[in-house]
Amino acid sequence: MLAQISQWFIWLNQTTGINLTIVYDSYDRGRMIDGFLNTIYLSLICLVISVIIGVIGAWLQRSSLKWTRRLVQGYIQLFRNTPPLVQLYFFYFAIGSLMPKIENKYGIMQPILSNWDWAIISLSFFAGAFNVEIFRSGIEAVPKATVEAAESLGFNRLQVYLYVVLPLAFRVCLPALSNNLVNLVKTTSLAYAIAVPEMLYVANQIWSDNLNVPEMMTFLLFAYVFLVGILVWAMNRLERRLQLPGYGG
Amino acid sequence: MKSRNSVAKPTDLPVLMPIAERLTRGRGIGLSYDIPRLQLRAWHGLFLLGVLVFFSASAWAQQSPDHPATLAQAFIRWMPLLLKAFVFNIVMSFLAMSLGTIAGVGLGVMQLSPTRPTHAVGWFVTQFFRNAPWLVLLFFCMFLLPFRFSVFGVTVPFPDWIKATLGLALPVMANVAEIMRGAVASIPSGQWEAAHSLAFSRRQIMFGIILPQCIRRMLPPWMNLYAILTMATVLASIVGVSEVMTQTQRVLSAENRPEFIVPFYAFVLLLFFVYCYPIARYTQKLELRYAVRD
Repeated sequence: MLAQISQWFIWLNQTTGINLTIVYDSYDRGRMIDGFLNTIYLSLICLVISVIIGVIGAWLQRSSLKWTRRLVQGYIQLFRNTPPLVQLYFFYFAIGSLMPKIENKYGIMQPILSNWDWAIISLSFFAGAFNVEIFRSGIEAVPKATVEAAESLGFNRLQVYLYVVLPLAFRVCLPALSNNLVNLVKTTSLAYAIAVPEMLYVANQIWSDNLNVPEMMTFLLFAYVFLVGILVWAMNRLERRLQLPGYGG
Repeated sequence: MKSRNSVAKPTDLPVLMPIAERLTRGRGIGLSYDIPRLQLRAWHGLFLLGVLVFFSASAWAQQSPDHPATLAQAFIRWMPLLLKAFVFNIVMSFLAMSLGTIAGVGLGVMQLSPTRPTHAVGWFVTQFFRNAPWLVLLFFCMFLLPFRFSVFGVTVPFPDWIKATLGLALPVMANVAEIMRGAVASIPSGQWEAAHSLAFSRRQIMFGIILPQCIRRMLPPWMNLYAILTMATVLASIVGVSEVMTQTQRVLSAENRPEFIVPFYAFVLLLFFVYCYPIARYTQKLELRYAVRD
């Protein structure tokens, strides 16, 4: 079966010149699958960390200390209004050069944080800045009476936040959140710039080897649209699943 | 209930207690109950960045006390080049925005078409370009467009920065189409019916009645998109266009001084922040104003 498919794609290459090496060449196929999985892995990790940053940031923004609020606000505005690529470069080349180096198991000195780590840090902070704002708007939409009711039942501030405000706010901001997460998945392609072997990077290697730029490009576009489609579908399911009767339409 | 705000109450009168909190906050439209809306100004961000630059620079200066040129001298030497490159970025963003907006309005009208195939094509193109990463689209245009083409025997060069601009205009087009669709959907359907009953043709209704009303609603998201586009022009450095990021990297390799890396990258961040933050503020203001009026 697999051999037949490979045969067909070799035939396609010979007759039409459409050269999809990722199907019939096992080495290219392996590389591409790795790249695809790396993109998913990078997206998932950044997704989780950025949501955590969003929740913590939104909580800190309610702090009664003026400077805590100002710091969070500064973080948000700084990361929202500067290009994510420059942030990535700043983290990897600028801050990365200040970091200490450690010896790896082969006795070679290497930076303490790899390009993978910096990509994860930078992209998470970028998406997290948007998430803070999104969660804040969700928290603002929770009726004050609900919070007061919880307080009168003896919940403390953290408990009110964790058990009452956050679950309700989460439902309100899900559409905006899924928008931002889609954006995050698209932004992972920037990790190409610091040589993280994700899908775009691998595709670049393959088209350099085989000179099949149009084919790889088209594949890449469809692959990303497919990934985003899955995420949108999952978020829609989550939204339906979490829907409370009489709350948030 | 214990008060969560450290703000002093302006009154002790029980009658005024319900609105006391709102009074202290001036014109903070009562959207937020617990979170005072922060009035952050541009200098807050500048201050943070300044601190960053200052500390990183001074930390490095301690490590190499006798270097030939100080950071300030290097900045003065390269500033004209970097600023020129940044202006180039802005020119690219203007071009891509105009192209993308014109194409996007066309695509939006296609999407709103009552004929099924036109609507389907418009919808597919919009979704496709909206969900593909900007960088991939940029690569797409860079590699698949020719570097020159001949029209009637005349060879027209097609420089890389124009290709990059086209690559950036594609996602802008899809996003403008989506913004337009949203704006048109927000116009009450009674307007369409009223216009139909006055015997306006579809084109007249679209361009004479519906779209002029949409402009006001489209403006804030459109400006937001412009800020995103401006920040995306840096991507052109990956495909080799000489814009501000490329020039910064060239400057850094010409100077060959590791201690300059942090300040120079911070400077690029600062340039974009200074340009994009006012746009974001103004967008917010517009949004707020329209939200109240509607």
